[in-house]
Amino acid sequence: MLAGASLTIEVAVASLLLAVLLGLCAAVCKLYGPPPARWIAGLYTTVIRGIPDIVLMMLIFFGGQVWLNTIADRLGWRYIDLNPFVAGVLTIGFIFGAYMSETFRGAIMAVPKGQIEAGHAYGMSPWQVFRLITLPAMTRHAMPGFFNNWLVLVKTTALVSLIGLQDMVFKAGVAANSLRKPFTFYLLVALLFLLITILSDLIFRWLQRRYAWAGP
Amino acid sequence: MSPAIILENLPLFVSGLALTLQLLVVSVLLGLALSIPLALLAAAPDKRLAWPVQTFIYIFRGTPLLLQLFVIYYGLSQFDWIKQGPLWPVLREAWWCAVIAFTLNTAAYTAEIFRGAIRQTPKGEIEAASACGMSAYAKYRYIILPGALRRSIPMYGNEVIFMLHATALAGVITLVDLFGTARIINSRFYAPFEAFLTAGLFYLGVTFLIVWLFRRLEKHYLRHLDPAHTPGGP
Repeated sequence: MLAGASLTIEVAVASLLLAVLLGLCAAVCKLYGPPPARWIAGLYTTVIRGIPDIVLMMLIFFGGQVWLNTIADRLGWRYIDLNPFVAGVLTIGFIFGAYMSETFRGAIMAVPKGQIEAGHAYGMSPWQVFRLITLPAMTRHAMPGFFNNWLVLVKTTALVSLIGLQDMVFKAGVAANSLRKPFTFYLLVALLFLLITILSDLIFRWLQRRYAWAGP
Repeated sequence: MSPAIILENLPLFVSGLALTLQLLVVSVLLGLALSIPLALLAAAPDKRLAWPVQTFIYIFRGTPLLLQLFVIYYGLSQFDWIKQGPLWPVLREAWWCAVIAFTLNTAAYTAEIFRGAIRQTPKGEIEAASACGMSAYAKYRYIILPGALRRSIPMYGNEVIFMLHATALAGVITLVDLFGTARIINSRFYAPFEAFLTAGLFYLGVTFLIVWLFRRLEKHYLRHLDPAHTPGGP
């Protein structure tokens, strides 16, 4: 069960990293990109937010397997198994990248224009302005939305048990079946999720006091 | 991709869509009905009234819906007194378990939305109502609730879309909704793209429909916020 819990956290953290990366890219595309990049980023967020996460997960897990097989066939390789961990992290990261991009877009737009113009006036390159001014300044605006996304993301990781990943939901299912105590075990895992939520809440409140961010 | 598989199974997808919509409408309406009293209790100044409801809201918002569904569908059979109780014919059915889990879940989220909106009621409105000699009931009925529900429309639209996506979990507990249909087709033909992309497009279509519906609701009920319609506005 504890091994399952640590796997849940691993999936959550890995997906979060991917989501932040994708979210930043998509947000930058939407704000500064040429029209085609803007269009693709917009399509990405719309489509992802319009389709249930479980459908996307199955699509990436089973569809990715078919793709891998076709590619392996062409190259004359042996059969490759798509790792459910990779599929899970890819899907969740991909989904929350869309949500993060909206959070980041709003946060970047909340950065006062004068600060960015001042950066340009100092002769900074656009990349320098983004890295040294926009990114640090938008962090405080992005934090509440970011934290909300994290809470939803943690709960979404429960779905990886459905593609065979042995996270704590999966382990609870096994224990529930063999000991005939489904209520006890599923409730226990639900409480573990609640514990993660409460801990995240406490950490966020502490950070908020420390850095005086706006409330969620 | 083989369009033949999609076309052949289109009737299956349509009946899956029907079950998805049925689950959505039933649980959203029941959840809405439940959420208004819950929100009033959660926003009550009396802590003894507020905290049990706030705990309920926190628990349902803090745990994955999948587990809430599992606890109700698989978990309840652990107890003999439930199995022998009068409610067992209902609790044995996957459809009812799904509706119960979805209703409680959306009631918690919706109550939280309404609670926030009730707390945002401008002080002046309440003072004005008191000055007019309104009773507590009249204040809630004519001032606080209408304003709060109105302000909640955009957030509530998101919640309904979230519930549409959540109903896909019904496919996990043997129900043949859109997602359940996709799973069956995938395992029967080993055609993940045909199965899940088609289901995804159906979901996308319903999502757009809900977005459109709520935009119309907003236009009607939040018209006073639209600058084009403000008297003396642009």
